Amino acid sequence: MNTNQFGTVTERLDRNHYETDVEQSHITVDQAAARAADAGPLLVRICPAHVYSIQADGTIGVMAAACLECGACLAVAPPGVLSWRYPRSGMGITYREG
Amino acid sequence: MNAENQSPDVDFDVIVVGAGVAGCVTAYQLAVKGHSVLLAERGPKPGSKNLSGGVFYCSVMKEVMPEFEAEAPIERRVTRNCLSFLSPTSFVNLDYRDERLAQNGTAVTVLRAKLDDWLATKCEDVGVTLMPGIKVDGLLKDADRIVGIKAGDDTLRSHVVVAADGVNSFLCRDAGIRATEPTNHLAVGVKSVIRLPREVIEERFNLNGDEGAAYAVVGDCTNGVGGGGFLYTNIDSISIGVVLRLDDLVERGESSSDLHDRFLSNPAIAPFLKGGELLEYGSHLVAEGGRAMVHDLTRPGLVVVGDAAGLTLNTGLTLRGMDLAAGSGIVAAKTIDTALQQGDFSQASLDAYTAELDATFVGQDMRTYAKAPDFFLNPRMYGDYGRLLSDVLYGVYNLDMKPRRHLLPMVMAALKESPVKAMQLARDAYAAVRAL
Repeated sequence: MNTNQFGTVTERLDRNHYETDVEQSHITVDQAAARAADAGPLLVRICPAHVYSIQADGTIGVMAAACLECGACLAVAPPGVLSWRYPRSGMGITYREG
Repeated sequence: MNAENQSPDVDFDVIVVGAGVAGCVTAYQLAVKGHSVLLAERGPKPGSKNLSGGVFYCSVMKEVMPEFEAEAPIERRVTRNCLSFLSPTSFVNLDYRDERLAQNGTAVTVLRAKLDDWLATKCEDVGVTLMPGIKVDGLLKDADRIVGIKAGDDTLRSHVVVAADGVNSFLCRDAGIRATEPTNHLAVGVKSVIRLPREVIEERFNLNGDEGAAYAVVGDCTNGVGGGGFLYTNIDSISIGVVLRLDDLVERGESSSDLHDRFLSNPAIAPFLKGGELLEYGSHLVAEGGRAMVHDLTRPGLVVVGDAAGLTLNTGLTLRGMDLAAGSGIVAAKTIDTALQQGDFSQASLDAYTAELDATFVGQDMRTYAKAPDFFLNPRMYGDYGRLLSDVLYGVYNLDMKPRRHLLPMVMAALKESPVKAMQLARDAYAAVRAL
């Protein structure tokens, strides 16, 4: 993996401002559909915020709090794998530069 | 709000969803004409969900707000445009600087969190009701007519809804205007904003005062994935990143964040950023389908503007979205104003928007560049041509005591080494002339 002078993705995301929705995730994965379509590796590399990860048991982990709300994962996910909406009112990323 | 103009059966004459450039321009123009307008924005502040590469070809804003150039939070006026070919070992630039660009102020760099917040304030000044922090969940329908919006348990009614909700437009999906877009119509932009002292930026990019530089980079910056890199100077920061076509990104097995990092650490790019501090890391989808991506723009009671309408253009030299957004907002407001005066919100009435938009610079440019997306599918753009160019220039500048050859035989020799065939070069050049 490449790194640059500005640190890892996680370190960079730490500089962003988020209103984290602790009650509900705006992203859910249908694990059975994801397994059938082998969608894990695709979601992992498409997402610039590293929201998705492959867990030890082979399921897809979702760190919705890091989401940059671009919608790239929804655009490439095989049908039925992903339920993705914008976070609830006032929640999620708050760009201060944009 | 002009309560006296409000019909009793609606909460607002018009509800605009999304306080980006398209939404703000539409709302502003309608409020100026005396209509009651709600501008609903899901971010806690206008602009807080928005992200652009950063160049706004803003001449169109003079039609909306004459004070735009003087008052808007503009970062820099773009006076230097660079088209760059990047390889792992070379950086070839077409560097165009022109003082006339500074005088006209046609292209400026912007940061959307600042720009959109300002635009929304201007909207409030002319009577628009701004409601930030409201996520609109869907459309309120009465048979085939759209009569308002749903947000949580609340509903709000209006004569017309304007979908200005961006490239992912869930309102367009709800209205049946678009389903899943083909991935070759979409790209993901991954961007960092890097803080640097303004004197350092002016020195590093050879700029005076509020002048700015814009780089469009192709070649190795995406490791062969369709798309490119960009670098724009702000007052005291740099917006830099990559735009990656989704179909190619999926196919080539690359990671979007790795390609972003790879670009920033390229030895030709890293020195621009040296000593800088990361302010923000963001991403956004880009509509890259050009005209093929522009679907229906109306339904009874609904008008679609800006990114939601697929109005973006990649011409190779310029990346445009915000000017097309503003242009569509102007035409949408005009059509809706007429519809409100006549009390006719049918498809036929609102279709005047599509026809009129087609006649403006927005529709004309979408037509002019209709072949551009196909041209950019050509993989030779993202590797072979950059290498070819640097091989030719290497032959020119690397005086290694071997006898020189004229330029043409040198080009032919470089071409022979390159996977590009002379016929392909000729064909691609012809395609470029036709498409761009």
